[in-house]
Amino acid sequence: MSTATRGGMDMQLCIAEAMDVVRARADARQLAALIGFSPADQTRLATAVSELSRNILQYAGKGHCEMSDISTDTTLGIRIVFEDNGPGIADISLAIQDGYSTGGGLGAGLPGTRRLMDQFSIESRPGLTRVTIALVRRRA
Amino acid sequence: MRIPILRIGRILLASIQVEMSDSDALRFQNDVVQKIAEIEALGIAIDITSLEVVDSYMARVINDTATMARLLGAEVVVCGIQPYVAMTLVEMGRDLIGANCVFDLEQALLRLQERIAARGDADLDKGS
Ligand SMILES: Nc1ncnc2c1ncn2[C@@H]1O[C@H](COP(=O)(O)OP(=O)(O)OP(=O)(O)O)[C@@H](O)[C@H]1O
Ligand SMILES: [Mg+2]
Repeated sequence: MSTATRGGMDMQLCIAEAMDVVRARADARQLAALIGFSPADQTRLATAVSELSRNILQYAGKGHCEMSDISTDTTLGIRIVFEDNGPGIADISLAIQDGYSTGGGLGAGLPGTRRLMDQFSIESRPGLTRVTIALVRRRA
Repeated sequence: MRIPILRIGRILLASIQVEMSDSDALRFQNDVVQKIAEIEALGIAIDITSLEVVDSYMARVINDTATMARLLGAEVVVCGIQPYVAMTLVEMGRDLIGANCVFDLEQALLRLQERIAARGDADLDKGS
């Protein structure tokens, strides 16, 4: 089950099952559209959210994400923080390399997400992994 | 959520009409392989027009499905990939989708017929 609370233009989602990944990427797209991002950026963001929420499900079992509107007078912005209390990423610099996977995947999730986003950072230790992404665009 | 797989002679047509969860995608892969074997399909067109997100997992399922189909002797063409999806896939990394892609379903069916004809080992109109 996913629960969404929307205060202003922020929302929090639980990620605990396969449908939550579908919901998270749909919600990310919708929030991005509301903020005023182009369809290309909406797709980049939905794809990044799909990757990161699936990683939570796959490697930590469950977790959550928080999406925030960080727009200013001159820029459109969205920031999404993904958090889980799973085992953590042992070697972050390895995990962000193309083709590295401990789960039999393509190992394209983290490196791909990093290329799609303007900001991308990972903090991880056993018991807490936090991946933060953001997309920022100058207002038209 | 089951994706219907239609049959036209010995060609299969799968049109994904909804956003799929990971488990939907795996079930789809399984259904495609079963159906190809069942009717000894010569080719399959997979229409992904409705997929608004193709991430690394979905890319892998599509690629694996295409490889499995080829191992069973069927030609595979993917069609309808959305422009923004194509852009995103290229930005994420090269070669995430390895399958043969065309613009729409009509072209997919043409391409399949060409490829099957080029093989010269099967009669398109005969059922199995
Ligand atoms: N939340 C997480 N907790 C623990 N480990 C993680 C987490 N996210 C990623 N990892 C580790 O980083 C590796 C790389 O992740 P990435 O998403 O790039 O590839 P993948 O999930 O293995 O494959 P793909 O995403 O292409 O299907 C994973 O195999 C896993 O070892
Ligand atoms: Mg991944």
